[in-house]
Amino acid sequence: MIRPPLPRWLALPAAFAAIFLAVPLVAMLVRVPWSRFPALLATSSSLDALWLSLRTCVASTAVCLVLGLPLAVVLSRSHGRLATAGRLLASLPMVLPPVVAGLALLVALGRRAWLGSRLSLLGVDLAFTTAAVVVAQTFVAMPYLVVTVEGALRSAQDDFDVVAATLGASPTTVLGRVTLPLAAPAIASGTALAFARALGEFGATLTFAGSLQGTTRTLPLEVYLVRETDTDAAIALSVVLVAIAVVLVAVTAVLGRRQQVRR
Amino acid sequence: MRRTRGLVAAVALTLLSACAPTSGAAPPPPARLVVFAAASLSDAYGSLGRTFEAEHPGVTVVFSFDGSSTLVDQLTSGAPADVFASADQANMDKATAANLLSGAPALFATNTLTLIVPAGNPAGITGLDSSLAGKKLVVCADGVPCGSATTTLAKQLGVTLKPVSEETKVTDVRAKVETGQADAGIVYVTDAKSSGSKVDTIPITGADTVRNNYLVGVVATSKQAALASAFVSLVTGPEGRTALAAAGFATP
Repeated sequence: MIRPPLPRWLALPAAFAAIFLAVPLVAMLVRVPWSRFPALLATSSSLDALWLSLRTCVASTAVCLVLGLPLAVVLSRSHGRLATAGRLLASLPMVLPPVVAGLALLVALGRRAWLGSRLSLLGVDLAFTTAAVVVAQTFVAMPYLVVTVEGALRSAQDDFDVVAATLGASPTTVLGRVTLPLAAPAIASGTALAFARALGEFGATLTFAGSLQGTTRTLPLEVYLVRETDTDAAIALSVVLVAIAVVLVAVTAVLGRRQQVRR
Repeated sequence: MRRTRGLVAAVALTLLSACAPTSGAAPPPPARLVVFAAASLSDAYGSLGRTFEAEHPGVTVVFSFDGSSTLVDQLTSGAPADVFASADQANMDKATAANLLSGAPALFATNTLTLIVPAGNPAGITGLDSSLAGKKLVVCADGVPCGSATTTLAKQLGVTLKPVSEETKVTDVRAKVETGQADAGIVYVTDAKSSGSKVDTIPITGADTVRNNYLVGVVATSKQAALASAFVSLVTGPEGRTALAAAGFATP
């Protein structure tokens, strides 16, 4: 099928949008003191921040998958007011300003909060721990996975799952062998989005988890601190963040395409 | 399309009429004095701004309160401001080195550190001593003014601090103590005062040996240098000293 041509004037705002998105990134790449780049990154605080960011993001993305995937599947098959409320709830942290998300976590899980004080009676003290970073990241990142996967599952037009069930497959088998494999591209891109969001998490971590080298000071927090004294070093670290994000987006694109081809 | 145009015109007219002077008498030329000041000055400068507006009819004082280093960065990038007040010598030195100020900046206040604990002191902290062992102490990160002061003070007192978090802003330290997330925090005495009854203050013996100098100057690119100088005079004068002392600052 050949699509009808697009109106020509569309190129102008589209080009403007592309330039608008590219200029700040290009400006940052130009400002990077490349000769000092390795030295700026090789400090123990930078390496600790990078390592901590990667560790916590892997953990929070795993939690997003384990908890978010079931939520996405359930929401995709639910109807009515409760389902609408559930969808709203699942996407709300996406639009919350990061500091607000941090404050919400603080009043829920803080040492003085209802849930937090009960948890500490059980010996679980989240305050200023790496676990608190993972909690903050999971809270802001999970919606990206849920919304992406839920949307894909709901708009799926095929009836393979119905066929599988008719042929006698159990609900678990249908889910594991048919529904989820078909949604694999959406799951892959949702996972990458969640990881990227967790990597960029700043406000909720700062408000809820604190900032200590090797324990809670992730890469974005390190950028924020270093910027106070050394703008060049902050830009160098930012470029590392951007590079990780680019790799993530590229990997997802490749994974998504491969899945689609196989399908 | 025509309807859109009509709507745009209506909005423009409304905006214009909102800007127009309302009184018939010849108003004094309106002026806007932009003051970039360290975040810890917000209480004191807020009240001084109102005093200045009362003494200079037609003048509006607009503040941008932020970390001193952020403000220097913004000034370096050409942000339009008339007055700059820094919370430490280092950032004011950065500004003067970049020729951002006209003339030498004036020292107008000093600040010292203190220990704060959540109201009622639930963790039973007694000072920078063994009572902090195993407790959650939050301080400012080394590199930001309050953090550098904390490091210097700890060294002078010969104590090793084991904080659970090193914040970029002193207000974040305050918030974590106020909410009870932290058992203790080291902040400026002015912050302790702003927190009011939400925290208890435990003075640190010898804290007065480490003082942060607050300096103020007229920005070189200011188009209303006379007005800016008048604001600096207000800050360094008797009214300024009163307002600063009320906020907990020591004045030279």
